[in-house]
Amino acid sequence: MSTLVANEKKGFGSTIWDYLTTVDHKKIAILYLIAGGFFFLLGGLEALAIRVQLIKPMNDFVSAGFYNELITMHGTTMIFLAAMPLIFAFMNAVVPLQIGARDVAFPFLNSLGFWLFLFGGILLNVGWFTGGAADAGWTAYTPLSTTSPGHGVDYYVLGLQISGAGTLMGGINFLVTIINMRAPGMTYMRMPLFTWTAFVASALILFAFPALTVGLFLMMFDRMFDSVFFDAAMGGNSVIWQHLFWIFGHPEVYILILPAFGIFSEIIATFSKKRLFGYTAMVFATVLIGFLGFMVWAHHMFTVGMGPAANSIFAVATMAIAVPTGIKIFNWLFTLWGGNIQINTAMLWALGFIPSFTIGGMTGVMLAAASADYQYHDTYFVIAHFHYVIVGGVVFGLLAGTHYFWPKMFGTILDETLGKITFWLFFIGFHMTFFIQHFLGLMGMPRRYWVFLEGQGLDLGNLISSIGAFLMGIATIILLINVVKTSVKNEKVGADPWDARTLEWAIPSPPPFYNFKQLPLVRGLDPLWIEKTEGRKGMTPAEPLGDIHMPNNSFLPFIMSVGFFIAGLGFIYQKDNLAWLSAVFIGMGIALGCMLVRSLKDDLGYHIHKEDLQKEAKE
Amino acid sequence: MSEQDVLNPKHMPSNPEQATLEGKNKFLGFWFFLGGETVLFASLFGTYLALRDSTNGGASSQDLFGLELVFIMTMLLLTSSLTSVYAMYHMKNNDFKRMMIWLGITVALGLGFLGFEIYEFVHYIHDYEFTMRSSAFGSAFYTLVGFHGGHVVFGLSWIIALMFRNAKRGLNLYNAPKFYIASLYWHFIDVVWVFIFTVVYLMGVL
Amino acid sequence: MKDWMGKIRTLSLFSFLVLILSACGKENLTALAPKGYGAQQSMTVIIVSILVMTVVFIVVMIIFLYVMMKFRRKKVGEGHIPQQVEGNHKLEVIWTVIPILLLIIIAIPTVAVTYDLADESQMEDSININVTGLQFWWNFEYANEEIQTSQELYIPVDERVYLNMISNDVIHSFWVPTISGKMDVNPDNENTMYIEAHEEGVYWGKCAEFCGDSHSLMDFKIVVVSQDEYDQWVAAMQDTDPEYTAEAAEGQELFANSCISCHAIDASSTNPVVGPNLADFGNRAMIAGVRDFNKENLVEWILDPASIKPGNGMLGAPYLEENSISEEEASQIADFLMELKATEEPVDSVEHFRENESVHSN
Repeated sequence: MSTLVANEKKGFGSTIWDYLTTVDHKKIAILYLIAGGFFFLLGGLEALAIRVQLIKPMNDFVSAGFYNELITMHGTTMIFLAAMPLIFAFMNAVVPLQIGARDVAFPFLNSLGFWLFLFGGILLNVGWFTGGAADAGWTAYTPLSTTSPGHGVDYYVLGLQISGAGTLMGGINFLVTIINMRAPGMTYMRMPLFTWTAFVASALILFAFPALTVGLFLMMFDRMFDSVFFDAAMGGNSVIWQHLFWIFGHPEVYILILPAFGIFSEIIATFSKKRLFGYTAMVFATVLIGFLGFMVWAHHMFTVGMGPAANSIFAVATMAIAVPTGIKIFNWLFTLWGGNIQINTAMLWALGFIPSFTIGGMTGVMLAAASADYQYHDTYFVIAHFHYVIVGGVVFGLLAGTHYFWPKMFGTILDETLGKITFWLFFIGFHMTFFIQHFLGLMGMPRRYWVFLEGQGLDLGNLISSIGAFLMGIATIILLINVVKTSVKNEKVGADPWDARTLEWAIPSPPPFYNFKQLPLVRGLDPLWIEKTEGRKGMTPAEPLGDIHMPNNSFLPFIMSVGFFIAGLGFIYQKDNLAWLSAVFIGMGIALGCMLVRSLKDDLGYHIHKEDLQKEAKE
Repeated sequence: MSEQDVLNPKHMPSNPEQATLEGKNKFLGFWFFLGGETVLFASLFGTYLALRDSTNGGASSQDLFGLELVFIMTMLLLTSSLTSVYAMYHMKNNDFKRMMIWLGITVALGLGFLGFEIYEFVHYIHDYEFTMRSSAFGSAFYTLVGFHGGHVVFGLSWIIALMFRNAKRGLNLYNAPKFYIASLYWHFIDVVWVFIFTVVYLMGVL
Repeated sequence: MKDWMGKIRTLSLFSFLVLILSACGKENLTALAPKGYGAQQSMTVIIVSILVMTVVFIVVMIIFLYVMMKFRRKKVGEGHIPQQVEGNHKLEVIWTVIPILLLIIIAIPTVAVTYDLADESQMEDSININVTGLQFWWNFEYANEEIQTSQELYIPVDERVYLNMISNDVIHSFWVPTISGKMDVNPDNENTMYIEAHEEGVYWGKCAEFCGDSHSLMDFKIVVVSQDEYDQWVAAMQDTDPEYTAEAAEGQELFANSCISCHAIDASSTNPVVGPNLADFGNRAMIAGVRDFNKENLVEWILDPASIKPGNGMLGAPYLEENSISEEEASQIADFLMELKATEEPVDSVEHFRENESVHSN
């Protein structure tokens, strides 16, 4: 295995096998992109069904039970199966390149994280075909969730548990990668902002997800093994779930938004041809947001009855987050100030983000005011707010990143005309859908309403909202057409199509599987820009050409995830028939067996030899 | 130089677990993992504290817990932590045989702890009919202590597997990090038990 | 404190008026035109925060639009390489300190109102109502008056009323937007809030915490009446008789066979909370909380409650499982139910509500 195989033409079967066993962060990024994109479409379809149901009063497009499944799965899918993996797609594609590393710290775990996420996501959706998906809301408040009949919520519990484990591994992986594997000269305060946000988001994952893990275990025990954590009649307490869920859930919001901030920072700096304004302040704002993110979870619970003292403390703490977020907005504006602003699709998304997210931030502060939240809470005002931050922030960021990083990931540029059409349709549709919802909420429409009555003054607003949703749907279809068109055309671009600033643009698009032939020497923030302004074409190497150590591919992560998937099904159905316990044992046996193999079988990787690298360079 | 030579240098460095980049990554990554585990147990402790008086008219902590048994268990586990430190000490001195002996003692002590824990649970279930279904307190108790017990089982299996796998080939730079993080895991389990001893048992009896 | 909050209210009166004029929803449902103490207090905080935040938004937008016009590539030229500015400490201090000051402006009324709305000092001297939330209806027990009613809560105008709320099943949330903000109704602990309505009328109440299939149909009403009407109503409710002999005798007999095990027809608070109390049913503003008050709707409800509220607790009633009530019998039961009145006539606001509100349900 010491010859270069990257350029060989491969058959379809061997490509599939390659992706099933890959531990290369760039291929895993593509896997995340495809899987996350698929779930994004699925969640979008669910959203459209919701908006069709609410297009007029007392509509009967779907039944109450099915509607509840739709809203639950829309939220769960979008957060856990679309936004998170798409963030991971860009983290995988870009972070190792931005810090000048040849791979991540734990390539095997990276692959395992992906497959766990995928099989967890599939398990979540199996419910649709076996008598009903989860129907207790994506927040799954107890005791509604613990008493929900059928297996829907069981799929939610096991599916999230499995995919959550994958996410946790991803988080640890990126923390270690960023700390241990930076290229010579890449100090912390020279790291691109996307890497910084990925770093802080990974730390948030590490400290937030275990709370969800525990919550899900307690729910699993209550539903499957008759424990009574959330059963008031047996001394249980349903509010515990809310605390555990939001101790995880609030940092989760920052896990999503911080990397999006990072993507915007890269794009705004690149297309203004300016260094990011107030880089140091941006870094500290990121860290501060991450830190404060853990102090504010109870602002989701102002109406639970925590008392005025707790409500006030959490209100003020939440408002404090507006300060570092404001710092970021102003730094972006002043990066643009005095720049040379090129407007293309990626930049359009970034520019559209600024006003949209500012509105989301405004309503965020308004929601933080506990005594005003008594009116907003659990209404369409909240729906409007979090879609303004999650769509206007995260989704805009992901779409911006798709256009910006596409050349690096695939070597082609997405069509600009179609891209701009997508942007404008989506942007207008987005504001149509969600702006009006602020008012619907205050006009008396609570969230998760299957129908609203006639004569409540809510008809027009809901109609506008539904029309907007369809505009976003059309925009998404055009994006898909764009992807297909660009892939078919397959016009290759060079290493640095955007005249960009950071290390990933110093190597070919797409990069060779070993990334950097020689690790680059980093001489400051925006290392590539520094070299370019000094008239060099690329980075100065920090080491002589030598052998490169690479990890081996492995099929174990896939099998291990299948094992957990089988065990998950077993756990769900042993409630009906104890024979299913055999599936638990088989599945866990497979998974633990894989772990044992991994632990005991030496996996030393292989070397690409210097001579082969030289030969390749000459070709 | 082949892979084998790199991993079996003539003079083992004094920190064999961190001599390679892979070892350094494992070392750091495992510390992070333990950080996540800390949040996991903190959540379980929080849940337990919220529910420990919710006995639903059934057995309470005062009825159940006897400190004698728990004291023996604590001593076993604390001692096993110490013996695993000895094992790591010998690893750093490249004394494979002594390392294996001390790891063996660690495992024996851990198994002893586990035996007492199983006895304890059986005792509660049979003599008090106290299960995770009897009250929210029961659910919280068995989940918290059971999670810790599960960690002990996993840790023991891990150390035993490593001992068998490497019994013949001795120490090298590839397996040193594995031994080291397994012992880190074992220390973590021990620290968690100290909290369980305090929060569950001492505070439960008082 | 209160004074300058008053000033802000006056100051913002203009923008507030604009809001009201531009159709801010149904007047007895919307939170934007408050008619109760809690809703007004929340509105003050909403207005303060929206004003401050609008200032921020305008500043951001001015800079944004200026930058967009001034520094486009078309304007500055293709090859222009901007100066690589690192930052500006003065600016950074400004946009750290000013937001902090702005947030303090919001935080002060927020905290003041949060404490104000949690005030329980007048609890003992006020009307106390034990609210129970159930899938998918509400029960109201008047603690001192020893009566209970369902779905429609009668309170006197300008009087502080304390609600002690608990759930019998999953979590619900009690929300009457025009009168007051919401409070969760938990199964594990009792939550207390107070409401005080400033204008007579019937107000829409909504369940705001997701509680199952008919969450969106778990509506209730608050009927705000004059003190006199309230006293009369309480006295009449205390006087309702379980042994009452109705004119609709067939209906009463059918009811006694099929319904009485869950539904009481007298308002005594000793009746267990199983199904909604029907003592004052004939004076209800609506049927099942979401249908116009007429016999047709009531018959439909008796025959097929699932079509009106999916998953509701009545679906397990033996008469439905055995299909033992015919349409004619349902009509007789309906006659009986509409006869159940504590007072001769409904209060004025209910009468007005029945005439003017219609949800046109098919």
